[in-house]
Amino acid sequence: MEILSQIASELQRGADDEVRTLTKSALEQSLEAGVILEEGLLAGMQVVGERFRAHEVFLPEVLLAARAMHAGVEILEPHLGKTDAHSRGKVVIGTVQGDLHDIGKNLVGIMLSGAGFEVIDLGKDVSPEQFVETARDSGADVIGMSALLTTTMPGMKKVIALLKERGLDSSVRTVVGGAPVTEKYAREIGADSYGFDAARAVECVKELVG
Amino acid sequence: MQPFLERVKNGPVIVADGATGSFLMEHGLRPGDSPESMNVTEPGLLRDVAGGYVDAGAELVQTNTFGGSALKLAAYGLDDRTEEINRLAVEAVREAVCDRAYVSGSCGPSGRTLKPYGDADPDDVRGSFRRQIEALVSAGVDLLTIETMIDLSEARLALEAARSVSSDIPVVATMTFDATPRGFFTIMGNDVPTAAAGLVEFGADVVGSNCGNGSETMVAIAREFRACTDAPLLIQPNAGAPRVVDGRTVYDETPEFMARHAMELLEIGVAIIGGCCGTTPEHIRALREALLM
Repeated sequence: MEILSQIASELQRGADDEVRTLTKSALEQSLEAGVILEEGLLAGMQVVGERFRAHEVFLPEVLLAARAMHAGVEILEPHLGKTDAHSRGKVVIGTVQGDLHDIGKNLVGIMLSGAGFEVIDLGKDVSPEQFVETARDSGADVIGMSALLTTTMPGMKKVIALLKERGLDSSVRTVVGGAPVTEKYAREIGADSYGFDAARAVECVKELVG
Repeated sequence: MQPFLERVKNGPVIVADGATGSFLMEHGLRPGDSPESMNVTEPGLLRDVAGGYVDAGAELVQTNTFGGSALKLAAYGLDDRTEEINRLAVEAVREAVCDRAYVSGSCGPSGRTLKPYGDADPDDVRGSFRRQIEALVSAGVDLLTIETMIDLSEARLALEAARSVSSDIPVVATMTFDATPRGFFTIMGNDVPTAAAGLVEFGADVVGSNCGNGSETMVAIAREFRACTDAPLLIQPNAGAPRVVDGRTVYDETPEFMARHAMELLEIGVAIIGGCCGTTPEHIRALREALLM
């Protein structure tokens, strides 16, 4: 459909007004909300994610595209019946305790919702209990943890230990990332997956949930 | 001492200090606390850090005010103490170095993302820098260093704030770049030529890069700066990429390794060479010996 590729390309430009208008007209043309979401909005966001990963675009373009996506989703929301089940899974994300850096974590959140996941963002300075209890109470599939400081990184290990202690480590999987975090560190602390960058973190979640 | 910009022009190369944060962590700064709160609680430690670097041969020492803008302090509920925190930082360094080194007021990012990408209003960000810079300048810094910027628009606001406080105080402005397959870019997508031209246009006297990269990459970044601007350059590499070993943060570049690469920076014509994360007085001593032999 012409209009769906138009939505995708306006979203890539970060043109939120255009995305809003086009999404409305797509609904008026009796296209299904789920189809508009998948083949319009998410398809556009997917391209932005890929271009970001290739360093062809940068954080500003991703943030604007995400804003445009939210504009479209707002229009679609009343039309997305529960049966559409557009959520591919539920992810709890946050920056670990003692760490106030959230650019990376926010980006992962944006790209996860762009990829169709339901995201519960606990913000920054999140305690192990908050991570684990929120995941348990919300029935989340994955916990995503971020740290910028080598001094706060050990908070990730605490979350994973607490999941084990509560017997949740098989139902709730973990992804870790952030500038100082390495593949090796992720393995050492028993994380299920390592998101080298935001785009990779989204791939990790897809693999864990899929 | 000669006025700072005359010294930059006349040479020889100025050796700057190294990391402060890691020293503070070894001496009681807890993860999640504001490093700048120690200006109030532990001024003696700040004097020790500055004194250690000057003894090692640094001729430019930064204040512990990287996160001292009002907006950044607000994240810790400390914004109403912006003036006090910045003044105490300058006093501690000045007391330790007397007239043995230039005292530079450090200004790091606000931690907020500007509109339209984020929710920060440019006037608020500029005002937040202005409060910090007024405090630094009235406490008597010799220069300002606006550093570790990833968004040229935010660097511009900080430079405008600096220039609104003083038209003639020397200002250094540096940005932090990532090495990508397509070249060096900040997270917000500014490349080196754009950064160099913009920083000079918005009022910086000295431009360059700090943090984010070890010595070898910084040499490549310095070359790119040299190729696109005549402005004096400052380069402060990290001591490599951080690794965690047994719960401790380790940086792998030795003082000798950094000193060897500092010689390349000197050949490129960098005017001020120091260290960023992971560097110690030993690194600075090695730089000094290599560069000023």
